[in-house]
Amino acid sequence: MLFFLLQKEFKQIFRNRTILAVVLVMPLIQLIVLPLAADYEVKNINLCIVDNDRSPEAQRLAQQLTASGYFRLTGYTASYRDAQALLEADRADVVLTIPPHFGRALVRDGQQTLSLAVNAINGVKAGLGAAYITTILQTYNNAIRVQWIQPGRFPAAPIVKVAPVYWYNPFLNYRVFMVPGILAVLVTMIGGFLSALNIVQEKEVGTIEQINVSPIKKHYFILGKLLPFWVLGNVVFTLGLLVARVVYGIVPMGSIPLLYGFVTLYLLAILGLGLLISTYCETQQQAMLITFFFMMIFILLGGLFTPLDSMPTWARAVAYASPVTHLIAVMRMIILKGSTAQDVLPAAAIVATFALILNVWAIVNYRKTS
Amino acid sequence: MAQPIIQADKLTKRFGDFVATDAITFDVARGEIFGFLGANGAGKTTAMRMLCGLSTPSSGHAQVAGFDVATHPEDVKQNIGYMSQKFSLYENLTVAENITFFGGIYGLRNPVLREKREQLLTRLGLHDVAGKHVGSLPLGWKQKLAFSVAILHDPKIVFLDEPTGGVDPFTRRQFWDLLYHAAAQGITVFVTTHYMDEAEYCNRVSIMVDGRLAALDTPRRLKELYGAASMDDVFYTLARGAQRGE
Repeated sequence: MLFFLLQKEFKQIFRNRTILAVVLVMPLIQLIVLPLAADYEVKNINLCIVDNDRSPEAQRLAQQLTASGYFRLTGYTASYRDAQALLEADRADVVLTIPPHFGRALVRDGQQTLSLAVNAINGVKAGLGAAYITTILQTYNNAIRVQWIQPGRFPAAPIVKVAPVYWYNPFLNYRVFMVPGILAVLVTMIGGFLSALNIVQEKEVGTIEQINVSPIKKHYFILGKLLPFWVLGNVVFTLGLLVARVVYGIVPMGSIPLLYGFVTLYLLAILGLGLLISTYCETQQQAMLITFFFMMIFILLGGLFTPLDSMPTWARAVAYASPVTHLIAVMRMIILKGSTAQDVLPAAAIVATFALILNVWAIVNYRKTS
Repeated sequence: MAQPIIQADKLTKRFGDFVATDAITFDVARGEIFGFLGANGAGKTTAMRMLCGLSTPSSGHAQVAGFDVATHPEDVKQNIGYMSQKFSLYENLTVAENITFFGGIYGLRNPVLREKREQLLTRLGLHDVAGKHVGSLPLGWKQKLAFSVAILHDPKIVFLDEPTGGVDPFTRRQFWDLLYHAAAQGITVFVTTHYMDEAEYCNRVSIMVDGRLAALDTPRRLKELYGAASMDDVFYTLARGAQRGE
């Protein structure tokens, strides 16, 4: 019985070019494009310098800022009004004002105050821009200190330097962090949408009636829908791993069978969700909207972009109630940290529970007799 | 008379306040071609869906092929074939693949399945298009194929919901030849239609009006009873009294 169902589903999938394109091309494109674009590193901060001094010291400071590579000098003016105009026109993110007599006063008094105005509409850009400038000023400070203050005249200021060592992602490469997460989202999207739309499509076309009037068992029918997408999900995942390896040189630190084991379990859960949605909907449009709703929440709360630890407690509770959160975490654990089966066991238990509940629910809610 | 193959007893389906099928009672004998007529919205499809185990009756009883439709719908399903109003073979599968799939889910296995597939293709003359997607066939062929697939597993009864909508009289005639052929092999045919010439082909005809069974007899006796020249006139006389439209 199951054999005939699977044969039919696979034939239909292989004849549907859209599905094939989504399954084969989407992972490639998304994994190649997204990690490059979805980058936390803020570059090209538009900087405007209001230089009221025009001394060599001021120019040296300006040069040091632009040489850092994070800033793009969009204005170098002598009036704050011009800078204000640039800020308003959104052509400056940060305005650094160098006071008159900056160079002379710096030499004379050994200290000077600069003022920084930040366009904070994009909070991340603003925060990081201010932080970068502060860091660069620090370097500048140290440099002039070494230059001007003769050793021994003052006791050297005690400086505590922190020398961080970054584990698991030693060069703080953002892509290393993003790729496993994006791969998790891909598997989720493809599994969730394909399964959610499938049964509904049979409802729309009317073929479901012919299935319902046959003596076929409900669980066979659901299983016949589940297995093909489960195979597809694994194909997508395999493609994704290959892209990660070829394009980003990311080789899983942990065991690959363990990774597949977890993804396999996870797919059962997300496909179960799709099938469940599909048993509640009458049209593909409804199924699409509802699936989209879940996907948005899952992905935004899943810890892909924002760390779970910085969420409010209630949001964290919602996040843990989503299987995607666990997949993203486990992918990063196994691929980047080389975590073992024991480490991912709690997550596996949660995902298995999801899989069981969602699929049983889908079977119960699918009715051959109304 | 042998045990009837379909027995409906005050079979009723309510959707909220609306009574789609209102306490209909009738029997269908084994091997009969039973015409199930009525205007749009008269409750035919609802009644048929209950008899097929697709819809649970709100009250009343029905036995189909010896099984109660409310308590043993899956046993009913094993013994019937059904061809819905909406064409429901898979358009993106080929003719042969559809036959294999539907035969398969009714429990047919090779070599019986293969043999039945060959027989069916031969009878319908579809060998040349066996490898074509069903979606590309003309409507008349699709209908014949859908019917043949519905009786592939040798059911005791086949239910047909307006099987010949939208095709020319010649194709309809061919379709009815298939029905006669099935009936000759002992399959009971339960068919709804809006074509009164088709009603004439039936052994017995029932006419539903507003969810109730308004008439039930052979076409000839119905014509006598209502003093009508044709089934068309009988239908008009009864359907004119209908309160509810589509």
